[in-house]
Amino acid sequence: MATCRIPLVLLACGSFNPITNQHMRLFELARDHMHRTGQYQVVGGIVSPVSDGYGKQGLVLAQHRVAMAKLALQSSDWVTVDEWESRQPDWTETAVTMRYHYGQILQKYKKTTGTLMDSNGNTTFISSPSPQLKLLCGADFLDTFKTPGLWLDEHVEEVAGRFGLVCVSRGGLQPELAVHESDTLSRHQQNIFLVREWVRNETSATEVRRALRRGASVKYLIPDSVIEYIHQHNLYTEDSERRNKGTVLRPLAKQAQKPVNSLDD
Amino acid sequence: MEGHSVTRVALLACGSFNPITNMHLRMFELARDHLEDTVGNYRVVKGIISPVGDGYKKKGLIEACHRVEMARLATESSDWITVDAWESLQPEWVETAKVVRHHYQKLAAVEQNNDDVDTVKFAKKRRIEENCHQGSSHQRSRDSPQLMLLCGADVLESFGVPNLWKQEDIAEIVGRFGLICITRCGNEPQKFIHQSDALWKHRKNIHVVHEWVTNDISATHVRRALRRGRSVRYLLPDAVVHYIQDHELYSAESEQKNADVILAPLQRYAGASSS
Repeated sequence: MATCRIPLVLLACGSFNPITNQHMRLFELARDHMHRTGQYQVVGGIVSPVSDGYGKQGLVLAQHRVAMAKLALQSSDWVTVDEWESRQPDWTETAVTMRYHYGQILQKYKKTTGTLMDSNGNTTFISSPSPQLKLLCGADFLDTFKTPGLWLDEHVEEVAGRFGLVCVSRGGLQPELAVHESDTLSRHQQNIFLVREWVRNETSATEVRRALRRGASVKYLIPDSVIEYIHQHNLYTEDSERRNKGTVLRPLAKQAQKPVNSLDD
Repeated sequence: MEGHSVTRVALLACGSFNPITNMHLRMFELARDHLEDTVGNYRVVKGIISPVGDGYKKKGLIEACHRVEMARLATESSDWITVDAWESLQPEWVETAKVVRHHYQKLAAVEQNNDDVDTVKFAKKRRIEENCHQGSSHQRSRDSPQLMLLCGADVLESFGVPNLWKQEDIAEIVGRFGLICITRCGNEPQKFIHQSDALWKHRKNIHVVHEWVTNDISATHVRRALRRGRSVRYLLPDAVVHYIQDHELYSAESEQKNADVILAPLQRYAGASSS
């Protein structure tokens, strides 16, 4: 019997510099969790690498980061890579990216008249609730809401309130605390789904880059196809890590003119 | 370069591999990097995964044929790590020291025809010890590679568990062969070595590798996730995930296997020990 689950797409924004197995785990964990709530049917996942305009230290060209993500996700039947954000001339606020993808999703699901079909071929009838888009992130991401100048208040409101977050925690981070310490996030607690990864896995793109710089193996941390790509293009050296050193992160520069409301409510 | 003597070494990992995970595979990579880069005077020529036989009687241990096949699938993409089914095919549980001896002898026996697996990765920035290969006539009759047991810190610390190991086996493994131990968070291998005279005596043969980036994918966790119908993708190689799905391994039922049985080493040594 159709349980009228809400069709859900998970969007992960980030540097993906490079994409790692841990990034892809986030999607798997999030999907399992949202399915188990009984309210959602995860119908898709999107990896959206940030544009070069972000200005983060060590960020290699978007074309590479997109190519690597595509290689990594070749074998996935539900997660895809989207280049829209990476192609924008300037860094794009997360809320803006979410608005774009939400528009795309609404269009996509409107086209299929009568039924909605997800990647597993399950169909639900069009009278079911309209699809939702939630931001998928790690627990460290929640902490960034506190960084002065990094987020506009109204955007935090939009991301947490209008869309929602699925936040996967690992290691020693406490996402509950981050939510608790922010009035905005607390207000939208029911729209913030906290997923716990019991396996302590500290693999991060930073660690992968460090290992690559030192000529150490990264096999089994990132897919073989991505390792090959990195070697072919000689990405991730001491030079590449120095890129953008001293540059102000674009969100801080762009939003510096606007009044910054302290999130230390 | 010239006069720089490099010891060829093979790494042997014994264990349940129930199932094999990316963490097991990472251990090999970390060990190799450590010996070739940090320690420096080693060249790792081979990695051997030796899944334990069913006679080990560990709780939740599924059939050896599956565990061997999953390990094979997992190492297909590796140009230096292999799987050896010898231990798994023995009718009774085999002491680790015996397994090490067996593989040491096997390596020595194939030495004459041994084409070393090229473990040099094309993008690694360390110096390539190509000199070793060039022209010297003594290459064909060189000594067989050293064989080290590769393990996690939990195995090292299991040396202290009563009746799990024979003292002379421990002495042989660390004295005659060597141990390379990857630490997971929370273990204190150096302290353990310090507190054991038997290990301290052979401390130069015991390499401790710190895994600074914790990667705690235990097979126990994986089995739990599978029992609960959760995804284990990206914790194990895709081919292994598919194999598990195809053969419907790891259920609540399989986890109860050997639930009332005593672990083979404990059974074997409990009678012998008079403590």
